[in-house]
Amino acid sequence: MTLPFAIIAGLTVGSAIAAMSLRNLVHCALSLVLTFAGLAGLYLQLNAEFVGFTQILVYVGAVSILIVFAILLTRSTEPKDEPTTVTPWVGISVAVGAFLTMALAVLASPVGKRIAAPAPEVSVKTLGQKLMTDYVLPLEVMALLLTAAMLGAVIIAMKDKEGSR
Amino acid sequence: MAELFAKLDQFPVTLKAWLMNLLQGFLPEWTLPLVSAAISITPILAVFPLMFALTTVIERKGLGRIQNRIGPNRVGIPLTNIRLFGFGQFIADGIKSLIKEDVVPRAADKVVHFLAPIALLIPVLLTYSVLPFGKNMVPLDLPQTGLLFFFAVGASTELSVFMAGWSSRNKYSLLGAMRAVAQMVSYEIPLILSSLTVVMITGTLSLTAIVESQATVHFGFLHNWHLFTPWGLVGFFLFLTAAAAEANRTPFDLPEAESEIIAGYFTEYSGFKFAIFFLAEYLGLFAMCGLGITLFLGGWLPPVNIAPFTWIPSWCWFLGKLSALIVLFIWLRGTLPRLRTDQLMGFAWKFLLPMTLINLVVAALWHLLANNIPLVARWPLGFAMLAVPYWLLGRSFEAKFTKREYRFAN
Amino acid sequence: MLGTGILKGMVETAKNFAGSYHDPERLTTVEYPEQRIASKENARQFPFLVHDTEDPMQGLRCVACQICEKECPPQCIYIVKSKDKRADYKGQMQLYPVTFDIDLSVCMSCQICVEVCPFEAIKMDTEFELSNTDRFGGLLVNKHQLAKSNEHYRKIHPTEAAVSDDALAIEVAKAKAKAKADVEAKAKAAADAKAKAEAAAAAAPVGVAATAPVPKPSAPAAAPAAAPAA
Ligand code: SF4
Ligand code: SF4
Repeated sequence: MTLPFAIIAGLTVGSAIAAMSLRNLVHCALSLVLTFAGLAGLYLQLNAEFVGFTQILVYVGAVSILIVFAILLTRSTEPKDEPTTVTPWVGISVAVGAFLTMALAVLASPVGKRIAAPAPEVSVKTLGQKLMTDYVLPLEVMALLLTAAMLGAVIIAMKDKEGSR
Repeated sequence: MAELFAKLDQFPVTLKAWLMNLLQGFLPEWTLPLVSAAISITPILAVFPLMFALTTVIERKGLGRIQNRIGPNRVGIPLTNIRLFGFGQFIADGIKSLIKEDVVPRAADKVVHFLAPIALLIPVLLTYSVLPFGKNMVPLDLPQTGLLFFFAVGASTELSVFMAGWSSRNKYSLLGAMRAVAQMVSYEIPLILSSLTVVMITGTLSLTAIVESQATVHFGFLHNWHLFTPWGLVGFFLFLTAAAAEANRTPFDLPEAESEIIAGYFTEYSGFKFAIFFLAEYLGLFAMCGLGITLFLGGWLPPVNIAPFTWIPSWCWFLGKLSALIVLFIWLRGTLPRLRTDQLMGFAWKFLLPMTLINLVVAALWHLLANNIPLVARWPLGFAMLAVPYWLLGRSFEAKFTKREYRFAN
Repeated sequence: MLGTGILKGMVETAKNFAGSYHDPERLTTVEYPEQRIASKENARQFPFLVHDTEDPMQGLRCVACQICEKECPPQCIYIVKSKDKRADYKGQMQLYPVTFDIDLSVCMSCQICVEVCPFEAIKMDTEFELSNTDRFGGLLVNKHQLAKSNEHYRKIHPTEAAVSDDALAIEVAKAKAKAKADVEAKAKAAADAKAKAEAAAAAAPVGVAATAPVPKPSAPAAAPAAAPAA
């Protein structure tokens, strides 16, 4: 474990915890953005430049804006004083269970053993070619999904306007 | 002769190599990368803030002249009568903002309020790290992801703007931040799509490689700047428009429209924090201009491949083009009024976005037909394919503007 | 076509830019502390007190009637009347202001004090560089600072000053005529009285001569009025 990894991991986990436990929703969102940035840092550490920067572009640049807008437009950002009534134990046990399952699956799979082999330099060109040949179906499905989501959003927004007339 | 100029051209690079050689002797091994980075950063931190400082004065003088005023011409060397045409103004302004009281609203979210200017300035400065300022002069060469890095880091400024607006607990700040974020998100799309044409043609995201791809020569003297192709010409202007919006420049300066929302998201900032916002805004504009130069204006390449032009050092070409673009932006600021929010959004989604998409198609055709159709036919064809939609889209806009009726003022 | 308007506008601003360097018609800026333009005749900033003689304090036209003090809308004039009297420009005995202060920070340059003054004693100055480093004492202008000669008034507001001078000249002429008339009237009255007295003396017995001092009180009263006029 190198020092940069320790710093980035600590930052990521710390901000993730802050995102869960802070009282002010906007603060939570901002901590979550820090988590996204930390994840991007981890990707960069793994020499996955493209994924790392895309993570920043999409998550820090766009998704975070989405989140804060959603918070601002839906409810008050005032921190509430009453304590949370739900005990955290259910959530924690679910999270630990999920993590254990995933960790075991990763350890059991052959992916974990291949780690010693030097990773090939993945250029953007190869990424693009793969997306356009081998993985064209998932890409198209995703595009369809996003288009459908966008259309749905537009329709909801339009209805709203007509109703207010 | 030419060799001397080549030496001058590479002077910053040789200077750095010489410094590193010198330091290697007595610095421990592990500090060397850090020292090298520091040496690369220093000129950026020296040149561009200085350029910002000079731009503030030149902008005020230029705007003054455009409005038939004189503009600042008083502050020179203190305690003397030497006035330097007012170019001491930026030092006075800097000192003023340094020693002014830093007022933080009582209701503000102190931590976020404090962090916002920093979170704005850092990404803006980071964008400079991938720009090639001259031949062999790029602080951080990312052969796979240069352009992506620029946009990724640039996109994170939106959040800082939001932080500033939200934490101030001021409705004007929040309105300004909302406007800024909506505008930046909307104009980011045409910005990226118009740069994508260049990536498509050159097949690389590395900014250095993009500059080098423009080094080929036409007709024996003309460099193959992307500006000289129909898609590049149109793409450049689309890029500039989107860049102006991204950098909150007139006519897209709604987030800080003084007449409507005081100063937008930095209404509640004073003293040096305000200066940082100001600095970050201008540095963001310069970085955008630098990217435009790299993508379309041949980066540090001279326009023609003839002796007196090639003698001028490459970084001078870069800075010269940057200054020209800054002058253009000042000129535009002195000319155009501010748009309305719905006009702004409509322009982004109904005009810029379709134009950039058509431009992408034209660029693809340009690339694919390169071997089939000669240049003389390809150029007018490509241009017509862009001019017709431009005219049609523009006509629909104009029809809307001319039909405007005033209820009371006739 | 979309964009032509922008280009037209840019040509216009470029013309402005270039024109401002060679066309003085465009660049109308006056770089103030070094360059100045003569102030307009109708300019008004702050009142001053007019005096006629060499010594400003002796020749102040103001008679401390306090009309301006009462009329000044923001109440920035403060006057203390004198106990004694002195002769004014037309020789009439008048009070004079011992203190005459105007608060520069309160005065709103409305010129009402000038309009109401019946003695042409207070006028508006065109001096505008009135800033001061002392924000308390320095902004309270006393009568020594306020006093300015009639020549100054003639210089800054020639038309108005001519009207004012004419009005004063008429006053002086009237005063002279009145004095002259007084003298004549008194002479006549004295002659009449004398004639009457003589007639009475001739008619009445000597013992009744005690009634003779009757015209006496009128004589001293007329004398001072006639004396300065002479
Ligand atoms: S100009 Fe107006 S405000 Fe000033 S002293 Fe005269 S009456 Fe008062
Ligand atoms: S300035 Fe005129 S109105 Fe005022 S007290 Fe003197 S004489 Fe009277």
